[in-house]
Amino acid sequence: MQGLLRDEKIRGRLLQAAVLAVVLLCVGSFIVTARQNLLDQGIATGFGFLFHSTGWDISFSLLDYTIDDPYWWLLLIGFLNTLMLGLICIAVATVLGTLIGVARLSENFVLGSFATVYVEIFRNVPLILQGFFWYAVVTHLPSPRRALSVFDAVFLSSRGLYVPGLNVAYWSVALWAVLAVGIVLLAKRLAGRSVGLTPLRVGWGAMAAILVLGVAMAFVLTPAGQPLIDVPYLKGFNFRGGLRITPEFAAIAIAIIVFGAAYIAEIVRGGFLSVPRGQLEAAAAIGLGRFAIYWKVRIPLALRAIMPPLGNQYVFLMKATSIGIAIGFTDLFMITSTSINQSGQTIELLFIMMMLFLVINYSISTLMNLVNRRLALRGFDNDD
Amino acid sequence: MTIDGPPAAARTDWLDWLRRRLFAGPIDVIVTLAGLGLVVWWGPALFNWLFVDAIWREAGSEACGTPGAGACWAVIEARGRLILFGLYPFEQHWRSATACAVIIAVAVLSCIPAVWTPFRLSTVWIVGFSTFYILMSGGIFGLASVGTEQWGGLALTLFIFASVSIIGMPLSILLALARRSELPVIRWLAAFSIDLTRSFPLLTILFAAALIVPFVLPQWLQGDKLYRIIGAFAFFFACYQAEIIRGGLQAIPAGQYEAAESLGLGYWRRVWLIMLPQAFRNALPPTINQFVITFKDTSIVIIIGLFEVLASGNAAFGTAKWTHSYVEVYVFIALIYFVFVFSLSRYGAFLERRMRIGHD
Repeated sequence: MQGLLRDEKIRGRLLQAAVLAVVLLCVGSFIVTARQNLLDQGIATGFGFLFHSTGWDISFSLLDYTIDDPYWWLLLIGFLNTLMLGLICIAVATVLGTLIGVARLSENFVLGSFATVYVEIFRNVPLILQGFFWYAVVTHLPSPRRALSVFDAVFLSSRGLYVPGLNVAYWSVALWAVLAVGIVLLAKRLAGRSVGLTPLRVGWGAMAAILVLGVAMAFVLTPAGQPLIDVPYLKGFNFRGGLRITPEFAAIAIAIIVFGAAYIAEIVRGGFLSVPRGQLEAAAAIGLGRFAIYWKVRIPLALRAIMPPLGNQYVFLMKATSIGIAIGFTDLFMITSTSINQSGQTIELLFIMMMLFLVINYSISTLMNLVNRRLALRGFDNDD
Repeated sequence: MTIDGPPAAARTDWLDWLRRRLFAGPIDVIVTLAGLGLVVWWGPALFNWLFVDAIWREAGSEACGTPGAGACWAVIEARGRLILFGLYPFEQHWRSATACAVIIAVAVLSCIPAVWTPFRLSTVWIVGFSTFYILMSGGIFGLASVGTEQWGGLALTLFIFASVSIIGMPLSILLALARRSELPVIRWLAAFSIDLTRSFPLLTILFAAALIVPFVLPQWLQGDKLYRIIGAFAFFFACYQAEIIRGGLQAIPAGQYEAAESLGLGYWRRVWLIMLPQAFRNALPPTINQFVITFKDTSIVIIIGLFEVLASGNAAFGTAKWTHSYVEVYVFIALIYFVFVFSLSRYGAFLERRMRIGHD
């Protein structure tokens, strides 16, 4: 017996050594071949190119960009574009998906059928096909001169959607967001400190404070002599002013939102169905009203089943933004691929892109795990 | 316990059904009327556009795109072959069509429980896949040789899907076993590559395969771009599928494993006879789901520059004559995907019900 065991151990060690050797050999030969190929093609390795100016323009950017800006700035822009697209899609898809998921559960036959048809259509067609479709639809809209308009303030045309914008700088929005988070944290500390400070009152107070702060900042920080709200208007063949949502961004955002909402609807539906009927009956038996059953029992229990798959779905949607390249939205992937074409620094650029995706995905899953833990603890330990 | 329909007696009472499902309360009445209004308002218009006013034949297609004209299905008659077969030589289209039929038949066959033994399943897939490959590429049996750069349309989509499944499935089993191995090095390697791959978008993996591989492999090992992409896609598939199988393995009671060990079965026989059959049974619904996702994901290769069904669709309305018919083309392609994906997911739901009956 002892001999056999030792034999197995040795066998295991040998196998592991062999596997490790093969892996190392492969990686080593990859590196050697890659170096040789790079030398042959005369490509300099290293990250020095990040500080060279790019010399080409992009169509969509949140930050100021000129063709003289360096590559690292461009990659940052791509990263922010991806992040913004992903976050907007996640937020809207969650709201839409929750509504549709709840609609699918409704006893109402018409509402349920609508929701079912929606889910089956948009879940069963590839995302990228939906992206192409919406892009074709958006670019076939009327020209700016015949734009569809709402109150002469919102214009929809083949150049995209023009809406009135606020004449404020990005940094002031960021400042406002930071202050808002501060107010919320303060409100959390204050809540329940004395009899007058019920959580509900503190909540309303915090919301009002954030709103007032926003309005005040908008008035104070707007450049002198310019209107606070920038309304788009037609000049020549295109619009001026306002906030422009490009056809590319609109198409890819609509596609990801519509597709994601169909999946989220199914997750929400599954979560609600997983709540044991006994819990609801027990809640009714102790005399809770319909509303209280919904908010105090059904939703908290359903959330626990919903959160883990929802987190996976968020990561999925973030990754899905990479198909924006198919219709020309300048996300991180498109900027990387164009940069590779222009600079030839394939390996470095791919490495940077993959690291950035890793950062995004791990942040989302860490955040969702945190939320999950909170949700789980609250149910089992203390009941506040 | 699930919230199912009412008892059978109540179901026959359609008045009661109306009251309960359509007019349960004031809000329900509003929702129902609004929904029905929408159907009455848009339904006929949509129906007219789709069927009544539609232009079906290429002969009358001059009217396409004029105001008042319906859907221009003539584009499918005129360009359908391009969508289905891409740039495949025109006289050889029958080969591409037969190959598609063969691979669909294989997929349908492998959905029948009687085929679910390792031997039958692998026979069906190997025979079907080789037939597909011989038909498509030719070069023997008097068939003219057609290079992969001329493959396209639905045939290419199906080829990518079939190859990814056929390579990815065994690979996923190996990865799942490696991740549960008692040998730390093997376990770590598997976990590392699975977790890393799963955190990237598929597109970036395919892109890396298309771009990086030419750098790191010597010329004679690189292969066609199509095969590089299929290889990367298969690995990506295997990483997701491995986690599904691992879930199935973990659900097996420890007693099963211990019993097999005490019978004196060696590792591979334990895996083959005891673990995998149960793991696959446990993991069947998510596996079907993974196939559904993979089939839809094949459309991503269009970005790497392969001429699959979506790309050939884009080309179909790319000429001046058909440029206004983009909606029709996309609806047609969406319908192709829908038929495949919807039937697969219905089949998955059927399997799930069937398994639940077995368990209760």
